[in-house]
Amino acid sequence: MKHVVVIGAGPAGMAAAAAALRAGAVVTVLDSAEEPGGQYHRRPLGARYRAAKAFDRVLGHPRCTWRADTSVWALERRDGRAPLVHALRGVADGADREAVCLDPDALVLATGAHDRVLPFPGWTLPGVFTAGAAQALAKGERVAVGQHVVVSGTGPFLLPVAASLLQVGARVEAVLEANQPRTILRGWAQDLSELVPHTGKAARLARYAAGQLRHRVPYRMGQAVVEARGDGRVEEVVVARLRADWSIVPGTERTLTADAVCVGHGFSAQLELPVAAGCELAGDTVRVDGDQRTTQPGVFAAGEITGIAGQPSAVDSGTVAGWLAAGGAPAEIAGALRRRDRGRAFGRRLAEAHPIGDGWAGWLRPDTVICRCEAVDHACLTRALADPVTAGARSVKLSTRAGLGPCQGRICGPAVAALTTAAGAEAAGAHHRPIAQPIRLGELANQRTEENR
Amino acid sequence: MSPRPIRLTIDGEPVSGMDGQTIAGVLLASGRKAWRTDPAGQPRGVFCGIGVCFDCVVTVNALRDVRACRRRAREGDDVRTQSRVDGER
Repeated sequence: MKHVVVIGAGPAGMAAAAAALRAGAVVTVLDSAEEPGGQYHRRPLGARYRAAKAFDRVLGHPRCTWRADTSVWALERRDGRAPLVHALRGVADGADREAVCLDPDALVLATGAHDRVLPFPGWTLPGVFTAGAAQALAKGERVAVGQHVVVSGTGPFLLPVAASLLQVGARVEAVLEANQPRTILRGWAQDLSELVPHTGKAARLARYAAGQLRHRVPYRMGQAVVEARGDGRVEEVVVARLRADWSIVPGTERTLTADAVCVGHGFSAQLELPVAAGCELAGDTVRVDGDQRTTQPGVFAAGEITGIAGQPSAVDSGTVAGWLAAGGAPAEIAGALRRRDRGRAFGRRLAEAHPIGDGWAGWLRPDTVICRCEAVDHACLTRALADPVTAGARSVKLSTRAGLGPCQGRICGPAVAALTTAAGAEAAGAHHRPIAQPIRLGELANQRTEENR
Repeated sequence: MSPRPIRLTIDGEPVSGMDGQTIAGVLLASGRKAWRTDPAGQPRGVFCGIGVCFDCVVTVNALRDVRACRRRAREGDDVRTQSRVDGER
């Protein structure tokens, strides 16, 4: 019997686990959170999430082992086989977690994505949050990140974030979509037939835009927060009109009083574990074939790490990955394969409708922090990029320390890469990190428990 | 079902929260927006909210570098703010 290990219990990972169980495998599901569901099925404090029953059935299956609070920190490659999985189990960032090592026949990576946020003057001020943070705090903890909030960035995710903020009593002063209406329309309207399977999602977004939010929140396209100001915390934001390339239309800047700003410029796939497993990348995502197989033997990938396209698409790619990882016959999942293909098409539309314009670099000032962990500012990065000795990606990192802090470039990486490329230097790709996330040295030294089933 | 109230201390000061909240949630709900200083001495609080950015780290029950957004608050937790200045790097 095949042992399939699924890393990540969001929509894709849970679908993969369910499909692998249906195909007869023994399944272990690991997630760093206490509960399954990922960011999408975040449980409101004191309540049950909607998918709870379905998840109970999967995780309570006699052939399934569920390991909550489990952080995978390394994947040990082996020739011709799925890698060994090294994880720590216990309270987040605790010092005495239990070491777990799993030896899978097949591995499904479903590690998801986090907000991508571009730097701008003032983005390190307390009171600037990612859109996902605002959503997590509102949905999961009933906490409003501010009383007067501006939501800014690009993509449909900004609308549910605004709705969640309203639900916890915040006043949403504006939702600002940086892209122009014509960019968005051109992206979505290229081939409308591709969108037909997603009409439910489109209708939901239209309801957000037209109904729930309209009478309470102004929604503006072609505008963005380009600066946050305040003494030790956000007190006001500067909003400007943008051209199609996101450069500021001079003279259009105005200030809005706000105590919080929530920003989201799309998402970054969490690629640490796919890279650790040796999987080839395709741009910002993991390269997978029609079977959701990566370029590494026994390693499958599903969900947002294979393309940002929302929950239904993540579920379909998870079903395909889990079923085939368990050795199921492709002919028996024709429906999921078809839906997965439509999901990929939807993801391409989403990316085309909500691109990131190069002009954002013009929002920066010399003292604007680029790398939050190491407080590396734009002037420091510009100096390093202008110096022929330090202009390569690796030298820039070592001479400025950008990307070398605790987050290991997860937040500043895309911005540093864009600025490096714009300066004509070679940008770094995703780096292999032998330790995929920070763990305590004592825990590394105390590896003992071996676990196989 | 309404969550049970819990009590913890932030730098010795008593603060109440709800069972199930993270330390970040308790801190924000208590009106605090910043509780750490960055390498340049500037204040920082929560940014990503899901454990990616490490901006919100605090010391919990004498253990440094715990992400406040990932750690559930427990009754009686002793939470201390921390800094990367003052030679503490």
